[in-house]
Amino acid sequence: MADTGEGKKEEADYKRLHSFPLIRHTDMPEEMRVEAMELCVTACEKYATNNESAAKMIKEMMDKKFGSSWHVVIGEGFGFEITHEVKNLLYMFFGGSLAVCVWKCS
Amino acid sequence: MAIAPYRATRLQAVRSLGDRLDRAKLDLQEERQYHQGLLKLYPKNGTLEVIDEDVSTEVGEGLDEWAAGKILVKPPDQLELTEAELKEEFTRILTANNPHAPQNIVRYSFKERTYKPISYVDQMAIHFSLNGNMILKDSDEGRRQNARLSIEAEKPPVEDSMIISEETEIKDEESTEDIQAAGEEEAEEAGTAEVAEAAEAEEPPPLRPRERKLANQFNFIERASKTLNNPLRDRACQSEPTPCKNFSATANQWEIYDAYVEELQKMEKSKEKEKPRAHIAKKEEKRRGRKSTSLESQSDDITKVSKAAKIMERMVNQNTFDDIAQDFKYFEDASDEYRDQQGTLLPLWKFQYDKTKRLAVTAISWNPKYKDLFAVGYGSYDFMKQSRGMLLLYTMKNPSFPEYIFSSESGIMCLDIHNAHPHLVAVGFYDGNVAIYNLKKPSSQPSYKSSAKSGKHTDPVWQVKWQKDDMDNNLNFFSVSSDGRIVSWTLVKNELVHTDVIKLSVEGTTMQGPEGLQLQTLGCGTSFDFHKKIDYLFLVGTEEGKIYKCSKCYSSQFLDVFEAHHMAVDAVSWNPYHMKVFISCSSDWTVKIWDHTIKTPMFIYDLNSAVGDVAWSPYSSTVFAAVTTDGKAHVFDLSVNKYEAICTQVVVAKKKNKITHVQFNPVYPVVIIGDDRGHVTCLKLSPNLRRMPKEKKGQEVKKGPEVEIAKLDKLLNLVREPAGQAGK
Repeated sequence: MADTGEGKKEEADYKRLHSFPLIRHTDMPEEMRVEAMELCVTACEKYATNNESAAKMIKEMMDKKFGSSWHVVIGEGFGFEITHEVKNLLYMFFGGSLAVCVWKCS
Repeated sequence: MAIAPYRATRLQAVRSLGDRLDRAKLDLQEERQYHQGLLKLYPKNGTLEVIDEDVSTEVGEGLDEWAAGKILVKPPDQLELTEAELKEEFTRILTANNPHAPQNIVRYSFKERTYKPISYVDQMAIHFSLNGNMILKDSDEGRRQNARLSIEAEKPPVEDSMIISEETEIKDEESTEDIQAAGEEEAEEAGTAEVAEAAEAEEPPPLRPRERKLANQFNFIERASKTLNNPLRDRACQSEPTPCKNFSATANQWEIYDAYVEELQKMEKSKEKEKPRAHIAKKEEKRRGRKSTSLESQSDDITKVSKAAKIMERMVNQNTFDDIAQDFKYFEDASDEYRDQQGTLLPLWKFQYDKTKRLAVTAISWNPKYKDLFAVGYGSYDFMKQSRGMLLLYTMKNPSFPEYIFSSESGIMCLDIHNAHPHLVAVGFYDGNVAIYNLKKPSSQPSYKSSAKSGKHTDPVWQVKWQKDDMDNNLNFFSVSSDGRIVSWTLVKNELVHTDVIKLSVEGTTMQGPEGLQLQTLGCGTSFDFHKKIDYLFLVGTEEGKIYKCSKCYSSQFLDVFEAHHMAVDAVSWNPYHMKVFISCSSDWTVKIWDHTIKTPMFIYDLNSAVGDVAWSPYSSTVFAAVTTDGKAHVFDLSVNKYEAICTQVVVAKKKNKITHVQFNPVYPVVIIGDDRGHVTCLKLSPNLRRMPKEKKGQEVKKGPEVEIAKLDKLLNLVREPAGQAGK
């Protein structure tokens, strides 16, 4: 019982601690990175249950802001190999369980 | 216009008929009358007249009007005719018969073997002929061609269409007939219009949207030319493709979890490190003696470079001032040997800084630990021109730029470096404040500073001196000011606590103020020095020229008073070896050497100018240096010459500059002098100025304080005894 209680506590702790956006890999310039990151966070929070909608929103907003042909992948588990334009890649984790990959390739 | 060629033909024909007619007239007339089929010619001179029955008078009148304005040019051989003659009418009727045609042509007939007259005479005379290549649209020929062309144009669609109607077949047959008929006609060359008329009746020439030129098929040339087409060229360019990169990763729950955990650990570590790291960095900076002013805003990256930059700077300076460094270390003035006793001062480095150009050097002091480092205080001695102050620390290793820079709002008047803590510099300001600068702290502000609340002086602070730590091991220093107080400052828990040690009340000057108030004038202290051995004993020089021998224990009484000078005492200093002897200098041009037990001076030297500073040498009890406001430095060695300086030398760049302070380096044979333009010069003492007793054979040269004391004592005895005897 104690174990499970502890486990729950740990989980809660984990969720609380791991809610921040963690940039895993990016080559964007500072300004763009911040904007893209904030956009990802907003989208993921808005569509917490629907990754597709979140991805769509991110993609559309990025297209609008930084020119077309952005691609977004959101999921809890996936592998990928992509070709992206230099300085246009953001690969980040969010909310402890989501991975978001945003890149541009036209 | 199918008419045009035809008309031209006719016109030509007419011209040939009457060459002499005015061409313009003809043109006009013809223009007007042609369509009516009329031709009327009015030769004014009346050689030829063509009259038609249907002459319209109107036209004739119009012509006259037209001709009225014109001057007729007559040929020179024209007959001059009278009006009557001109009016006379000659009527000629032109017939179709050729008058030149022979009427009686006979031809031999072989059949009948006789000449037979030929009835047929050709009356036609051809004046001009032109083959036109156009044909009239309305002519038979024209109609035929039109018809043919229309058929040809219709044919292809007929053939192409899948359904062939009977009508078209019939038409085809007819058209073929038509063509055949036309062909026959042309062959005959006779204008039989019957067939053509029939054709016309049968099928009127179809209306065409576009008029086509009808060409005479037998006399027709079509010419065409083609301009050269500009050659076409292909050109292409391709923009550089945007650079792309490949990236691959795998995202799954454990990877995400690991990344987060790692990040959290990193954050915790950095938090832990942040504080100590900052501390360590600061300490390191201080230890390495970085420039303190510029450090505050710099990031770690730059401070990392700064050490390298500092080494580089030193190297560059070493290169630049290589010859001076060599002089400093090795040069000994060889001419001293021939000069007997006189010596010289060799200028070495000059230290100056842009921001202290207009400030006077008010204090200089060697660092007791680092023998190449010295502190310079900047301010102004001019009462009217007080401004900011600066504290710079230079090293002889880098003459081009100060090691430390501190600036203050008020002028610095004095400074002292703590013996045990060489990073602490006590400073006295013109506004009466005292402060302690900590060289280890990167801030440009003093670490501790007195304020109006904490008992600052009310007049400029003329000298500060560090003391031994007190009973509680607190740092403390003394200051003297012209407000007459001597104050001890103790550093207790980061605060400067002040204690008045003594007030320089001048005896016999107590004044009776109004309402029975007793006012006491205070002596203005300008300098002081503490005895090396006797802890409580110290001397105070004043503006009035008196020197008080005081004790720290008595706050109201003096141990002794010396009527030393006539003007302000600029410096007093105990001899480093002999415990009884001290030296004083004053603006009254004199330097005096005293035994503190005797009220009269032992030696008096008049230097012919106000003496700014005097300093004992650290290596000999009998050597001291004095600087005067006329820019000269004087070095005395009493053991060599009791009466005159062994070196008097102008050591400033410009004559106007006044030397304010002098200090001997505790180790090297150099002095530094400061002038009132902010320059500090380092000078090397020539061998004569630091000569030690000569070695004698078999005798060991004694060294040490005892020797030095004995040396000075010996000298003093010479002076004392007669004085003592006189006293007795």
